[in-house]
Amino acid sequence: MDPTRSTAVTLLAEMNSGAISAEEVTRAYLDRIDRLEGRIKAFLHRDADASLEKAREIDALRRAGGPVGELAGVPIAIKDLLCTRGVPTTCASKMLATFRPPYDATVIERINAAGAISIGKTNMDEFAMGSSTENSAFGPSKNPWDEERIPGGSSGGSAAAVAADFAPISLGSDTGGSIRQPAALCGIVGLKPTYERVSRYGLIAFASSLDQIGPFSHDLADTALLLKIIAGKDPRDATSVDTPVPDYPKTLDTPPESLRIGLVREFFGDGLDPEVDAAIREAVRVYEAAGATVREVSLPHSKYGAPAYYLVAPAECSSNLARYDGTIFGHRAENFDPISPAEAELPVLIRMMMASRAEGFGPEVKRRIMLGTFALSAGYADQYYNQALKVRRLIRNDFDTAFKDVDILVGPTTPTAAFKFGEKTADPLAMYLSDIYTITTNLAGIPGLSIPCGLTKSGLPIGLQLMAPAFAEEKLLRTARVFEKATDWHTKRPGLV
Amino acid sequence: MDYTIIIGLEVHVQLTTESKMFTSCGTDFGLPPNTQTDPVSLGMPGTLPVMNGKAFELALKTAIALGASITPFTKWDRKNYYYPDLPKNYQISQYDLPFSTGGWLEIPPQKDGSGGGRCSLTRVHLEEDTGKLTHGAGGFSEVDLNRAGIPLMEIVSEPEIRTPQDAKACLEELRLTLRYLGVSDCEMQEGSLRCDANVNIHIDKDGQKIATPIVEIKNLNSFRSVERAIQYEAERQYEQWQRDGKTIKDAPKQTRGWSDPDGITKVQREKETAADYRYFPEPDLVPVVVDEAWVARVKASIGELPFARRKRFASEYGLSDYDANVLVEQGQDVADYYDAVAKATGAYKLASNWVQQDVLRVVKERKIPIGDFPVGPEALADLINRVGRSELNTNQGREVLAKMIDTGEAVDAIIEAGGYKMVSDESTIVAAIEAALASNPKALEDLKGGKKKPDAVKGFLRGQVMKQTGGKADPALVGSLLDAKLAELTS
Repeated sequence: MDPTRSTAVTLLAEMNSGAISAEEVTRAYLDRIDRLEGRIKAFLHRDADASLEKAREIDALRRAGGPVGELAGVPIAIKDLLCTRGVPTTCASKMLATFRPPYDATVIERINAAGAISIGKTNMDEFAMGSSTENSAFGPSKNPWDEERIPGGSSGGSAAAVAADFAPISLGSDTGGSIRQPAALCGIVGLKPTYERVSRYGLIAFASSLDQIGPFSHDLADTALLLKIIAGKDPRDATSVDTPVPDYPKTLDTPPESLRIGLVREFFGDGLDPEVDAAIREAVRVYEAAGATVREVSLPHSKYGAPAYYLVAPAECSSNLARYDGTIFGHRAENFDPISPAEAELPVLIRMMMASRAEGFGPEVKRRIMLGTFALSAGYADQYYNQALKVRRLIRNDFDTAFKDVDILVGPTTPTAAFKFGEKTADPLAMYLSDIYTITTNLAGIPGLSIPCGLTKSGLPIGLQLMAPAFAEEKLLRTARVFEKATDWHTKRPGLV
Repeated sequence: MDYTIIIGLEVHVQLTTESKMFTSCGTDFGLPPNTQTDPVSLGMPGTLPVMNGKAFELALKTAIALGASITPFTKWDRKNYYYPDLPKNYQISQYDLPFSTGGWLEIPPQKDGSGGGRCSLTRVHLEEDTGKLTHGAGGFSEVDLNRAGIPLMEIVSEPEIRTPQDAKACLEELRLTLRYLGVSDCEMQEGSLRCDANVNIHIDKDGQKIATPIVEIKNLNSFRSVERAIQYEAERQYEQWQRDGKTIKDAPKQTRGWSDPDGITKVQREKETAADYRYFPEPDLVPVVVDEAWVARVKASIGELPFARRKRFASEYGLSDYDANVLVEQGQDVADYYDAVAKATGAYKLASNWVQQDVLRVVKERKIPIGDFPVGPEALADLINRVGRSELNTNQGREVLAKMIDTGEAVDAIIEAGGYKMVSDESTIVAAIEAALASNPKALEDLKGGKKKPDAVKGFLRGQVMKQTGGKADPALVGSLLDAKLAELTS
C-alpha cells in the first residue's frame, strides 16, 4: 500500500494492526514532500528529523503496548500562525520571520498529546489576510490540481499539503473563509467550527471575534476525528465555551433524523460561475434522492456581509497587529532616519516604529490596518465600525430565522473554481469577493463546512458549502456524510506525480 | 482677588492580588525589571487575556463601599495607542460601560472644623496597569514590564472639591477606606495609589463668573504634594488670567507636572490634541454579568468603614473627635484592637489612652503591624482592669506592660516575679509619710513658712512617700493621707 494515498483513519487502523509503522508512514510522506514540494511550495518550515524522531517514539510506545493517542503516528501539517514551541511561527510575514514562540498553541498541545506527528508549518497569506497565498512574504503555494492556479487562502499551504498528499490532515484557520475556500479550490474537506468551539490560545490573531481554527482532510471521518481532538473548553481562552464535545466519529455514519435542507437564495446570483452552479444543484439532487426535503431560504442581509466583514476584521486587525512595531516584537528597521521634514519632527521611537512597520508588513496587511484604523477613528466609528456591528447582528438574526425551518443550509463555497496567479492581485475588491459566500458564517459565528462536490470541465475542484446552527457540528458532519457516501468526489486526487 | 478653586480627582489604585488582571503572572513589587512577566503580560503573539475574578471582586467591593451603582452588564474595551509601556500597544480598559457609576468620596472636615463634606464620583472602572518607563542617560529609555497588567482601578470624581485641603483630606480618607476594605495597600511611594488633579478657578468679576482653562496636574507623589500643587496651580492660574485674560473657552486643557523640590507645576503637553484611542470592545474577553445576588454577597463582606467608625467611637464610647480619629486612622487592625480593649474593660477613655500612648508608641517605634504587637487586646484589657480594681497603680501597670512586651510572658508571672502589688494598707502608707517627713524636715518648714507653694511641697513629699514604698503605694491614697497629715501638722 502507498500510505500517502490514505486517510488518517485508515492509516491509524494499519498502524494499530502493525501492518505499517509510524516511521514508515512518516518517511513515505517526507519522501513525497521531497519529491514534489519544489513545485507546490506548501511549507514554510520543516524539520524531517524531528518528525521521524517523534514517529519512532510513537512506534516504541505501540510496541510496548502502552496506550497511544487517537492520532498516534499520523502526520499533520500546521498553518504557520499556530504557535509551536521553539519552532518558527512566521505568519508568512517578514515581520515574524525570526519568531520562535516559547509556548505551544492549545490545539498544538492537543494534537501532540494525541500523538500526531508535525510534518511542517504551512504557507499562508501574510497574517491570514488574503484568499490565494499570494500575500505570503515568502512566495505563493501552488494548487496541486493545476500549478498555474492559486490553492486559495489564507490557509492555502495547509489545503495544498493535504491535496498534494504531503499529509493526510492539516490545521488551518478561518476568519472569513480561509479554511473553506482553499478546501473547495483544492478538492478536499475543510471545516470552520463554531466560534468558541476551539481554543484560539496560540493562534496569532488576525480578527479575534472571527478567527477559528479547523481541520482539513480528504474525508469526513478524518474531519470528525481531528475536530473531536481540538475542540473543547480551554481556561486560557476566555471565549471558549464549556459545551460538551460530542463523539463526532462515533455518530458520523448515523444519518440525521431530520434532513431539511435550505438552499440559500442569495448565494446563486451574479458572479456565480455556471459550472459551480450546476455542481451545487446536482449535489442538491443527491440529497433529494437520499430523502431530503429541499427548500429555498433567504438570508436577506447577506449582501451586507462583505462590507461589514471588511470593517470588523480590519478594525480588529489594526489593533491586534499594533504590537509588531520593532520594539519587542517584529522586524526592526536598521535605518529610521527621517525621510521628510515632517518626519524629522517626530520622536525617534515613533520613527523607528514607522520604518519597522513599513518594512515588515506587506501591502495587503498595510491596507487592512489602514482600513481598520480609519473605521475605528473618532468621528467615523459610528458610521463604520459600530454600523458593521449592527449588520452583524442582522446577519445572525437571518441565520436564526432560517434555521427555524431547515436543519442545514447549503450553497456554493466559492463563486468560481481556482483562479490563476495574478488574476486578482491588482484588484483587491475582486479578491475580497472570492469569500462572498463564506464570510457570513464567520460574522454569525456558526459552523461552515466545504466538501468536494464536483470538477469543472478543465478538472478543477468545486466545493459544496454546508452551514449549521452554532455548536451543531455533529448534525453538520452527519448531513455532509450522506452526500459523501452517495458520491466519490472525495476520493478524487490531483494527478500530481 | 476673589475666586473659587474647582477640583476634580482621578485616582488610580493597584488592587492587591497575587496575579495580574488578565494572566496568572505574579505582582510582587520591587523585583528586578521584567522578571514579573509571562507570555500574556508581554503581549506575545497568540496569547490571550483571561479575567482575574479576584481583581474584579475587589473592584466591586470598592465601588459598593463608595455607594456606586453597579452596572449589571459590563464589558472590556481596547484603548489603542503606540507607546512601549504596554507591548500590545493597546490597554485593556473599560470605555462606555464601566462596571460602576456614581457614588461618592467622604471628605472629613479640617481640624478647625472647616471644609469637609462629600465629593460625587463619575465612575469607577477597571483596567490593566502599564509598564514603567525610565528615561535614563544617553538618551535611552528603559522599559520595565513588571507593573504591566497589574489590576488597576480608576476612580474619577466630579469637580466638586473646593479647597486644596479638602482634596488632600478626601484622598487620605479614600486611602484609609481602601485599606479598611483590604483592596489595596495604597502606597503612593510605590505607585499603588496615584492621583491626578484637574484644576481651574472661577473668578468673580463684576458679578460675572469667569472660568480659567482646565489644567491636569500629574506627578503628585504624596498627599502633601496634592495640596501644595493645587494651591500653587490656583494662584498661578489667577496670575496667568490677570496677564492674558484667557478663559476656558480660549485654551484647551493643559497637562502640567508637579515638581516637588521647586514647588511649581511645569507644562508637559502644551497642545492637548484630543488623543484618538480608537476604543472598541475587547473581542478576546467576554462581558461580565453582575447580578443582585453577587452584589449582595460582596456587600455583606464589607465591614464598618472609617467614616462610620469614627462616629461610633464618639457616640458609643464618648471619645473626643480627636481621639476617635487617631484610633480610626491608624487602620482597621488598630481600630479593631481598640474596639476589643474598650469592650472588655468598659473603660473607654482609659482604653483609648492605653492604646494611644502605650501600644501605638511601641508599634511605631518598632515599625510593626499591630498584629505583631506581643500583647493582645484581651491581655491588655486584663491589665487595665487590674489597674481599675486598684491591684496595680498606673505606673506599675505601665511597667508590667513593658515587661510583657519585652518578655512575652503572661501578666501573672510578671506581677509575681516583680512583686508588683499596689500598697493600699493605710498604716503602711502613714508610716511611709512619717518617715518621709522625718527625713525631710525642711519640707514642713517651707510649707509652714510659706516659702514654697503648698502644691510643690506636697508633690515633693508624695514622691518621697512613693520612693519609700518602692513605687507600690496607691497614689490616690497617698494623696489623701498626706493631705490629712499635713493639715494636722500645720493647723
